[in-house]
Amino acid sequence: MNLTLGEIAKALNLELLTQSKDWEEIRPSAGYTSDMLSCVMAGAPHRGIWITLQAHMNIIAVAALLELSAVIITEGAQPEPSTIEKANEKGVILFSTKEGSFEVAGRLWEMGLRAMPPEE
Amino acid sequence: MGDGVEGNASGRIEFPMSDFLRAEFHVHTVLSPCADIEMIPPLIVEEALRKKIHILAITDHNHTANIEAVQKAAKDTPLKILPGMELQTSEEVHVLCLFDELDQALAFQKIVDAHLPNIENNIEYFGEQFVVDETGDFIRREERLLLTSTTLTLHQAWEEVQALEGLFIPAHVNRQAFGLIPILGMIPLDTPIEIVEISRHLPVEKAAMLFPQIQNLPLIQSGDAHFLEDILGWNYLSIPEISLKDISEAIKSLCPQKHQIIPD
Repeated sequence: MNLTLGEIAKALNLELLTQSKDWEEIRPSAGYTSDMLSCVMAGAPHRGIWITLQAHMNIIAVAALLELSAVIITEGAQPEPSTIEKANEKGVILFSTKEGSFEVAGRLWEMGLRAMPPEE
Repeated sequence: MGDGVEGNASGRIEFPMSDFLRAEFHVHTVLSPCADIEMIPPLIVEEALRKKIHILAITDHNHTANIEAVQKAAKDTPLKILPGMELQTSEEVHVLCLFDELDQALAFQKIVDAHLPNIENNIEYFGEQFVVDETGDFIRREERLLLTSTTLTLHQAWEEVQALEGLFIPAHVNRQAFGLIPILGMIPLDTPIEIVEISRHLPVEKAAMLFPQIQNLPLIQSGDAHFLEDILGWNYLSIPEISLKDISEAIKSLCPQKHQIIPD
């Protein structure tokens, strides 16, 4: 997958909530969406991009655990400042958008991202 | 409401573990749209007394309007009604918020009201939400849908309950629907949760194995009663006084002389 976070953020007009170096060049392996963190832990692909409206602090732990490339928080849900701080500390990239998860997933699919990482 | 219930001089009911009081911390009334029509104050009190339960918390979804009626129905009986609420946080997690006094619960209600979206209840889908008197007679319908998320986050709700000196117990934490562990994956580090409730279908001895996230936490187990028969009273407490302080200290002690969960 050649798609970068920079291209995704630009195309979907995502707001970057965290500070990290060289985030634009990161290439997510696949896409995933769920709002139940136990399911995410079991099902999200390694280095994938995760779409959720859950803004609770625990999303950072889950994203760090699975080494997700980024989290897109949908429907304008706002994480607490302490959550963003935690994300910066753990190197987790957070985006926010007013769009719903369905819209975001659809746009990413159109751009070529799939549920599973492409075969090497 | 007689059968088999005998008060002694101290007002305590005699039963096999004589120093222990049976407690049920999660009971809905007809105010909760999902509760059965039999969940009215006199029947709840009668069922609790029949099962020799001494402590019973009324915990309707996001509301407290029927607590006083149940307290009145329990007047002059050995049953103590704890005011409570089953709050739904913005993350869609259910939490039992328990208080000593009705005033505290009503103060919490004001906070919850300010964070409850104004969605009209659809009776056909969700069911009736009745406010009733101590005999179970109709007073009014609650028009706002109660079975929905407030905009209070788990952490904000915890802070509010702390400020009101209440007890904050995430409900049926193992359950897929509205349970903290499936929804949030783990106990959040920013919220010092001291006690969690597991649902009646999860045996206590399996809880830690299936949910290592809660293995060091004191547990209660409740019926989450939407029908009279779900009023279980599986928590047995040996406490100096019926107060939230003594109840929470007994549960947190992890000491079988003070608190045990014994399924029927």
